[in-house]
Amino acid sequence: MQCQICNKRTATIHLTEISEGVRTEMHICERCATEQGIAAQSQISINDLLSNLLAAQPSDDELLGSPDDVSSCPNCGFTLDRLRKEGTLGCPHDYEVFQNGLLPLIERAHNGSSVHCGKVPTKVPQETKKLAELSQLRERLDRAVRNEDYETAADLRDQIRKLE
Amino acid sequence: MDCLPWVRPMKLSDISNDINDWFSGSGPLADIVVSSRIRLARNLAGYKFLNSCSDTEKAEILARLKDVLTSLDLGDDVFYVSVDKAPTLNRDFLVERHLISRHHAMAKGPRGVVIARREFFTAMINEEDHLRLQVLKAGCQLADCAEQIDRIDNMIEEKVDYAFDPRFGYLTACPTNLGTGARVSVMLHMPALKMTGQIEKFLSAAKDMNLAVRGLFGEGSEATSDLYQISNQVTLGVSEQSIVSEFESAIIPEIVAYEKAARQQLLAKQVDILDDKISRAMALLQNAHLISSQEALFLLSHLRLGLNMRQFMGASTPAIERLCTLQNQSSDAPDDRGLSIRTINRLFMLTLPAHLQMNCGKSLGATDRDALRAKIIRDALHHSS
Repeated sequence: MQCQICNKRTATIHLTEISEGVRTEMHICERCATEQGIAAQSQISINDLLSNLLAAQPSDDELLGSPDDVSSCPNCGFTLDRLRKEGTLGCPHDYEVFQNGLLPLIERAHNGSSVHCGKVPTKVPQETKKLAELSQLRERLDRAVRNEDYETAADLRDQIRKLE
Repeated sequence: MDCLPWVRPMKLSDISNDINDWFSGSGPLADIVVSSRIRLARNLAGYKFLNSCSDTEKAEILARLKDVLTSLDLGDDVFYVSVDKAPTLNRDFLVERHLISRHHAMAKGPRGVVIARREFFTAMINEEDHLRLQVLKAGCQLADCAEQIDRIDNMIEEKVDYAFDPRFGYLTACPTNLGTGARVSVMLHMPALKMTGQIEKFLSAAKDMNLAVRGLFGEGSEATSDLYQISNQVTLGVSEQSIVSEFESAIIPEIVAYEKAARQQLLAKQVDILDDKISRAMALLQNAHLISSQEALFLLSHLRLGLNMRQFMGASTPAIERLCTLQNQSSDAPDDRGLSIRTINRLFMLTLPAHLQMNCGKSLGATDRDALRAKIIRDALHHSS
């Protein structure tokens, strides 16, 4: 499809406007869109995405729950406000310090999940390994149930009970 | 020399005059899946994430990880590039070759990259995380990538303590990488979907499958070369094996089927469109005296399509026949066995701006680059016998 403005380049931006019940469509190329002042942000960076996700969250005070909770990490001095601006955290402890504030963001970024299910370093304590194994079995159980593979599901349920 | 014996003091110009193995056009489903890649994000326990580190702390992390990484037995020579000290041209070269990210090239402070000589493995130190490991292979070989990167990760873990939490898994600077820290991706060549105006179908299918898509080797997000990278977005609550097996059993077959159907549609109903694109690409590439990188990428993509359709579908159209004649003529050259996919990919990579300059040993202005690029392509495609 050709651009409706320059009639030369391929139209890559397709605008649909519904105004007072009337629908109009416009097909234009990126250059003409820029010239017409129609913003065409073709790629959203992770930082923008994070900022948007975070902007939709309650303020730090609300996120952190009780007033006794710290507003900056005692280890690195990081605040959730900086995550908004920079897109990354200050240190591994931040996940613990800001757990309440981070959970909604983590769940949104990971399709509702907030529990690791996968590789565990061989060096970590036995108890950690057991917890990780359990969550992995639970993930497989969920999948088996979704796929209506009840034989596998029953087997996985038994394995989970045994470990618990 | 501060290198261990097997860390060869290599120059980038040693690798710049050929393509890397994973871009050779071989491997399973190579007509559409150009390459497979898995990267892992890791951080050291006991250190802050990089945006809170001073340069002294960054230098300490760098020294520690460089030591560990360069002492691994990878079955290949490894070499180290100090990215913060490297000239801009070298950094651009590493980005063009996918050995480091654009972010790593532009970042500040002490940082580096460890590269296996055959380029199947790289480890960026002090990128967004302390360590970003990646394994790359030609074609659709994600399971092999997963197996190899897991082995390398285990070797590293014997020597360092990673930041790990029983609930959140591997702790990463950005919460979007949390959990496995694993980003699984494939590079796909999708020219027929573009020609048949169905690329939107692919993009929306990818979105429905919770995948990130980006155009490669183009300016901005435009996939001038018809090469797209698709990757998983979710890294938490799903195991490495699940991500890989979903790619191999569901995502890749579905997307490959779209492109194959589009190629069949071109052959069955729109041969004129296909032949026009291939013929124009041949004519321009064989005759141009000035050609920009973007134009070359765009046109070489059409030649790659023609060759792949011949090889994998037995396609025979007037333009593809002419393309193959060119292949036969050039096969007499001892150093270059004709117009294979490898030759196309070689032209593709070696005519990128930093490669051109690295190989001619000096910095070139845009016009000089366009002239040199056109000459290299003419010489490879034009055989006046």
